[in-house]
Amino acid sequence: MLNQWLYIGIFFIIAMFLPAVAIFLARLLSPKKPTKIKNSVYECGMETFDPTWIQFKIQYYLYGLIFLIFDVEIVFLFPFAVAYGNLALFAVVEAIIFILILLGGYLYVWRKDALTWQ
Amino acid sequence: MIDAALIWEWIIKSLILIIFLTVGFMYVTVYERRFLARIQSRIGPNRAGPFGLLQPAADGLKLIFKEELIPANADKFIFLLAPIITVIPALIVLAVIPWGEAMVIFGRQVNLFISDVNVAVVYIMAVTSISVYGITLAGWSSNNKYALLGGLRATAQMISYELALGLAFMGPVVLAGSLSMVDIVRAQQSSLWYVVLQPAAFLIYFFASIAEINRAPFDMPEAEQELTAGYHAEYSGMKFALFFMAEYIKMIAISTIGATLFFGGFDGPFVDQIPWLGPIYLLAKVVIYLGVLIWVRASWPRIRYDRLMQLGWKIMFPLALLNVIITAVVVVLVN
Amino acid sequence: MPVIGTIFYAFLAIVAVGSALGMLINRNAIYSALFLVLNFATVAVLYLALGAPFIALSQITVYAGAIMVLFLFVITLLGAEKLPGYEPIKGHRIVAIGLAFVFIAELVLFFFFRNQVTGPIPLIGPEFASPRNIGVLMFTEYLLPFEVVAFILLSATVGAIMLTKPERKSTTKLSQQQD
Repeated sequence: MLNQWLYIGIFFIIAMFLPAVAIFLARLLSPKKPTKIKNSVYECGMETFDPTWIQFKIQYYLYGLIFLIFDVEIVFLFPFAVAYGNLALFAVVEAIIFILILLGGYLYVWRKDALTWQ
Repeated sequence: MIDAALIWEWIIKSLILIIFLTVGFMYVTVYERRFLARIQSRIGPNRAGPFGLLQPAADGLKLIFKEELIPANADKFIFLLAPIITVIPALIVLAVIPWGEAMVIFGRQVNLFISDVNVAVVYIMAVTSISVYGITLAGWSSNNKYALLGGLRATAQMISYELALGLAFMGPVVLAGSLSMVDIVRAQQSSLWYVVLQPAAFLIYFFASIAEINRAPFDMPEAEQELTAGYHAEYSGMKFALFFMAEYIKMIAISTIGATLFFGGFDGPFVDQIPWLGPIYLLAKVVIYLGVLIWVRASWPRIRYDRLMQLGWKIMFPLALLNVIITAVVVVLVN
Repeated sequence: MPVIGTIFYAFLAIVAVGSALGMLINRNAIYSALFLVLNFATVAVLYLALGAPFIALSQITVYAGAIMVLFLFVITLLGAEKLPGYEPIKGHRIVAIGLAFVFIAELVLFFFFRNQVTGPIPLIGPEFASPRNIGVLMFTEYLLPFEVVAFILLSATVGAIMLTKPERKSTTKLSQQQD
């Protein structure tokens, strides 16, 4: 089994060469004549004002949190899905209870109107 | 055990897959432009070479010789890093897909896959979740307001649809009883293709994967009218080409994964007798799947961002969860 | 083969410790977050080398894929790209150094006494950490912890809403008007 991961490792290392070579080639061949106007921030011809890295909407963070919780749930469901054939009926009921508890959390989030983009 | 010949075999296989994906990316761009043009009663690029087949070479050469601009206030290191870490996940996600039965080439028994791991589906999930970084970092590092907004939107969209995507994988996994892609293909050979047994899971996978790679009609992050080009607004030359390449390789990747999970992968008539038919079947399925992706782009307008998030959270996610529960119950009742 | 294994392990260990240090020392929050991602990835490779692929990939999916995305959101949303050089809480450096010494002492103690504490590790088969085995164990032996996890996640959901959801009376009215 470990061998299989070694093969993925080889593939990963070879895959890294593709973007590296592309960027290197372009660096060799492309012209380099930067001017102040070329390097300015693109904003439809306007001069940009105020910093970009400012405080943003909190809702992205809320989506991130909810995503994290349900992502953990999905990771827990994978072993269940694989072991399905080897499990007793009791375990299946337990898994469905697991899903239903989290479904309760999901309904709570929905009722609190957190899923609506504002 | 590991010996030198085996390592060489894998290096050659990896190189073949990467070259295939690079060339595939070039021709998917031509395929998309020609097919889209036909749908819109245009002709599309047909001047460079016969049927426009040399068009990607011309585009590539042009992009290599273009000047690369870096905005004055950008974070230069992350600005350079972002395109690289966008491309790599798109490439490595395909490491677990089998292309065919084992074949004898030059007197060697060669398996037609990079790797057959017993957690392949979780591997796909993991690599998909990593692919968020390139886009977020590209948007952040450019120090451009459009780019930042595009990057944030893309991230929120991708994580929203990742849940439905992960749950859509669950159906085939329950039916095959394995997380290995090879086992899933084998299970489909002995029963029906999973698109018949799991149509709901397939539809959820289809739309969630389009949203995951930010393609039309879910290409909100790069909505031209409001965000100029979204997260890659400041990129030019080869770095822009890398983002472009990542997008098309991701298209190939989701087509291949979809074909493997739901359309039997390399399975097809007479594939047991003539093993080299396997890769051809897989390729044919991928080309058809890509055609449907392009057709979707041509037919549907982009949906509004709040509707997009609602679709992901309020429709796709509960449907996918419901599909898992129903599949589990039905499988219990049938056994 | 053992030599290659040792070199591999040493390399991973150096990357893991180095990225952890980089995360602590770097003043730019985005770079810190990226170092942490690198750290998670190295730890995942260590899990792989120990023959636990499912744990390794869960580590990447949950930590690198979900938790760090959350951190990136926080960083980009708060707009705090560089930390100030002074102490936000008075005297927290002294307390931190004290705690660090306690931690190091603990590590040293463990290093010297571990042979008495743990016996030889029993060999495990290749199928030990396969997802099927994990699933079977989770639904037989560890059923109660599994269900407790569901409740912890449920309370986390409620907590998340409580923390981030602002008073929504005015916004609801607004959105209803818009619809």
